[in-house]
Amino acid sequence: MTHDQPSAMSIDSDDNAPPDPSPAASAVGSTKQRPDLQAAFTDDVLESVLRFVTHRRDRNAVSLVSQAWYKVEARTRSEVFIGNCYAIEPERVAERFDRVRTLVLKGKPRFADFDLVPHNWGAHFSPWVRAIAQRGFQWLERVSLKRMSVTDEDIGVLARVFPGFKELSLVCCDGFSTKGLAVLAGGCRQLRGLELIEDDVVDDGVDWLACFPETTTSLVSLCFDCVECAVNFDALESLVARSRSLKKLTLNRHVSVGQLQRLMLRAPQLTHLGTGSFSPDPNAPDQEVDLVSAFNACKFLHCLSGFREILAEYLPAISPVCANLTSLNLSLADITAAELEAIVFQCHKLQLLWVLDSVRDRGLQAVASTCKDLRDLRVFPVDPREDSEGGVTEVGLVAISEGCRKLQSILYFCQQMTNAAVVTMSRNCSELTVFRLCIMGRHRPDHVTGEPMDEGFGAIVRYCKKLTRLAVSGLLTDRAFMNIGMYGKTVQTLSVAFAGDSDMALKYVLEGCPNLQKLEIRDSPFGDAGLLSGVHHYCNMRFLWMSSCRLTMSGCQEVARSLPHLVVEVIREREEQGDDDSVEKLYLYRSVSGPRNDAPPFVSIM
Amino acid sequence: MATDLSLNFEATELRLGPPGNGDSAGKGIGKRGFSETVDLKLNLMEPAPLDVPASTVKDTGVDLTEKLRGSNAVADPAKPPAHKAQVVGWPPVRSFRRNMLATQSSKGNNRSEEGEKNAGATYVKVSMDGAPYLRKVDLNMYKSYQDLSNSLEKMFSCFTMGQCGSQGINFLNESKLMDLLNGSEYVPTYEDRDGDWMLVGDVPWEMFVDSCRRLRIMKGSEAIGLAPRAVEKCKNRS
Repeated sequence: MTHDQPSAMSIDSDDNAPPDPSPAASAVGSTKQRPDLQAAFTDDVLESVLRFVTHRRDRNAVSLVSQAWYKVEARTRSEVFIGNCYAIEPERVAERFDRVRTLVLKGKPRFADFDLVPHNWGAHFSPWVRAIAQRGFQWLERVSLKRMSVTDEDIGVLARVFPGFKELSLVCCDGFSTKGLAVLAGGCRQLRGLELIEDDVVDDGVDWLACFPETTTSLVSLCFDCVECAVNFDALESLVARSRSLKKLTLNRHVSVGQLQRLMLRAPQLTHLGTGSFSPDPNAPDQEVDLVSAFNACKFLHCLSGFREILAEYLPAISPVCANLTSLNLSLADITAAELEAIVFQCHKLQLLWVLDSVRDRGLQAVASTCKDLRDLRVFPVDPREDSEGGVTEVGLVAISEGCRKLQSILYFCQQMTNAAVVTMSRNCSELTVFRLCIMGRHRPDHVTGEPMDEGFGAIVRYCKKLTRLAVSGLLTDRAFMNIGMYGKTVQTLSVAFAGDSDMALKYVLEGCPNLQKLEIRDSPFGDAGLLSGVHHYCNMRFLWMSSCRLTMSGCQEVARSLPHLVVEVIREREEQGDDDSVEKLYLYRSVSGPRNDAPPFVSIM
Repeated sequence: MATDLSLNFEATELRLGPPGNGDSAGKGIGKRGFSETVDLKLNLMEPAPLDVPASTVKDTGVDLTEKLRGSNAVADPAKPPAHKAQVVGWPPVRSFRRNMLATQSSKGNNRSEEGEKNAGATYVKVSMDGAPYLRKVDLNMYKSYQDLSNSLEKMFSCFTMGQCGSQGINFLNESKLMDLLNGSEYVPTYEDRDGDWMLVGDVPWEMFVDSCRRLRIMKGSEAIGLAPRAVEKCKNRS
């Protein structure tokens, strides 16, 4: 199968393959040559066997064997994952997989999180919900969306049309309001999970919590910490009381610590808790709250988050659960090293820890000395500005690398770093799969030697053999990218900002990293030559994003001409550009459905 | 002691400050105002302030006089580096998280912002030992320690007067009076970003605003090393 055959995409990709199997594959299953196969592989047998094939990549491969296998696979696939909602039309998915139970969709490119994608760019859920509603999809139970625009009507359809609908998960989505939540709560009798994570929810003043059925509910998971509207606490308390299966509960900042205590006593079976504000009710600031008993009561808690407006005095109250805590998200809590130490010293089983840099290097040293099982660490900046003081340095990074040898994923915001520290981490933490270092000041070199950060990142790609995701920062020359191209053979996702000297950097990466799936670049001096050096690989990728680089319209058009299965979008926001050939933002992705029909005026498809 | 029992209201007034023969008009006996404790530009009344527990609360052994002089000499706070134009979406912190942290700071949780004058508010909690509730002040509203001290005195004067009112006048019991005198020396302290408790007034004003997370007007007897000295002074006075 040659590279420009659509079916080739399915083997390398996460996305759903287009349907037509190649002639060679069909021959394998053809009964003319192998009559014995006809007897052996009846549909029933195949169905039973395929139940054990779960990963989508394997399923995609199975579907290519023959028409018969394609049909059986389609009937038995339980989860459909679409990594880019524009890679395929919803109708085609609905037609092929009509018995699916779970639909997972991803929309906007990740740089949308940083305001680089204009509002109304797209990624609407409506055409999807319409398509699956029309085809029946009677079996649909779960929908999980990331970075999509979802309307209240869409949610309404989910609640009304699909009798078995149980779980809705929306991550970084927008376009809906509390009205939509109310419709879901009231209309979906068997709702098990509603997880709203970092969404932008419009406050319509609707008391959605009161819309849940009055009887016992099947709720297992209720996460609404991102919903900024005030809550009707009585409705919430009553809901929690009649949801005996509730295991995950994340509250928003309108829940005070006194209210939290009451809820915890109602739900001692909780395993995941988002604590809400973790500070007293502003109307009753001196109220005594016995939080320790509440935490004592919740013996199964192992995952804590929230602490939205934390009053540090309350933090030690979580002590009763610290010994069993595997996940602790303090990334919205501005606490000091001492305040962190008081609890972290008891958290020997911690695997995930997210904190603010207010805890300083000293806080990280405490973590390193205690949390030997740590897998996922994120250190966010309290002051997320380029010239802020920064709380942590290379000292913290080295401490973590020495103490937490099992570390798999790190996201670290700092203002100063050294190559030596990054090299140390690369040698100490061989299990790293995700390494994201953000030196907040642009173009900052190693603050001790004055050298670019090439050596440090080079060591990461060289010694972390399992690395799949990398984000670079600081002063970086083409040499850093040469190293990534040379050693980063397992890298799938790469984020680049304010880095590199020339097109060679981009060329190294596109030619050297065969597993590259997602490449996002901003403000780097890469032009058309660099862009064109990836033409051999773009159909194997999910997407490429380049903004504020040195691309021109002619370059983008040439890429579009060479690759008919690629959609090349140029986003221009500034009207005065006029005849200017330069391209401000480029977003290209493979697709079997051609250019989308919902592109807004500021998007030109080459 | 007997003569001093005819203490007028001002004399027994619980003011904020270490002991000493305060002789500025209207200040009463022995209690320096808050402003005098912290306003380094004023001539301090007597050597006594140098014995103030600043050196014990947080000091690496540097002579306090030196420190005070040094601080006085520092005219400018550390100047921040030239302010770069902020770029869209950089550093790459999700707008969701940025908004959450911004909401927190506007609600009054303490966050220090480096260098430039904070466009928003920097609310810090102020507690005074013995007062039934806390107050909050926006440090950005003040230009100097003097400014802040005036405001705090006004804020907490009701407590000091009240306390006097219920105990002071009728209050002839010697040991209880001693308590009052002992405990009535108020030392202004603050918690900095690192979680350490510092004496207010050591660093330049702007640096203080940047690093102060909360204020506590501490009873002198709580401040380390002060109590014995205070008792001595009281005995000497009477």
